[in-house]
Amino acid sequence: MDKIKSLADLKKKREELQSALTLREQGENTENLIQVRVAMATCGIASGAKQVMEVIINECNKRGIQAVVTQTGCMGYCYAEPTVEVTKPGSEPVVFGYITPVKAEELVAKYLAGNEMLDGVIPVNYEKVNQ
Amino acid sequence: MKDLSMHIMDILQNSTRAGATKIELDIIENTDLDTLTITFKDNGSGMSEEVLSQVLNPFFTTRTTRKVGLGLSLLKQNAELTGGSLAISSTLGVGTEVTVTFGLSHIDRPPMGDLAGTIVLTASAYPNIRFIVHYQKPGIDYTFDTEEINEALDGVSIQEPEIIQYLIEMFRENL
Repeated sequence: MDKIKSLADLKKKREELQSALTLREQGENTENLIQVRVAMATCGIASGAKQVMEVIINECNKRGIQAVVTQTGCMGYCYAEPTVEVTKPGSEPVVFGYITPVKAEELVAKYLAGNEMLDGVIPVNYEKVNQ
Repeated sequence: MKDLSMHIMDILQNSTRAGATKIELDIIENTDLDTLTITFKDNGSGMSEEVLSQVLNPFFTTRTTRKVGLGLSLLKQNAELTGGSLAISSTLGVGTEVTVTFGLSHIDRPPMGDLAGTIVLTASAYPNIRFIVHYQKPGIDYTFDTEEINEALDGVSIQEPEIIQYLIEMFRENL
């Protein structure tokens, strides 16, 4: 199809997608999904967090991993940016530091797809990052 | 910050933290005046005069995770390097408006960078906030409004990876 330029084009694309998406959504709610939060404050952005977020969204999509990828603020680990917090259903959040785009692919392949850890995990003892 | 879209992403986060439900972003390239003006307007919590007077101080932040707050300071510095300026006004309980002006053709003006990706990723990260982005330059006058987009999506989430790709493409095609 041609490039999407208007809302009408977007509607058309959405209709094409709809059946696949409905299937995907069945029997699933947000709490059962992996939550990925990319730290996106000044420190994160300056270290390339946006690219990391793009890689995580694309890799998850490629591998068929259902994850909600959003942004969060600074966790105070500015030295280790970009940082990514991953919360798997029923598990405590884990924060990964120094996540370059290459490392982000590894994160999806190892921790999100499997349950393998990778180095660069920042040990944390917080309950949840609010800002 | 290597480009303007990074600054934009950064300042938008301020609005999201202020609990805004509507964020308007205007980007206007004026070749007659040789300026590039970016205006951020939100309906978030706003700031008291005391906070407002400190907001451009790089050693001031409302965060508790660290002691510096560089976002606005860096943006102001970059704008001033191009002969521009930054102005900020805020009313507690009403919202905040930040206007930053750059010298459009100034050699030190950072490039725009990936504006489409920046806007779409931020909008998808905060699906409950209405983002209205207006980009104007000679020959182009484009408005990207997430309320219209959500209507067109008819229940499909703006967080779906395919939708994110489509929206980035749509934004890019209109610039």
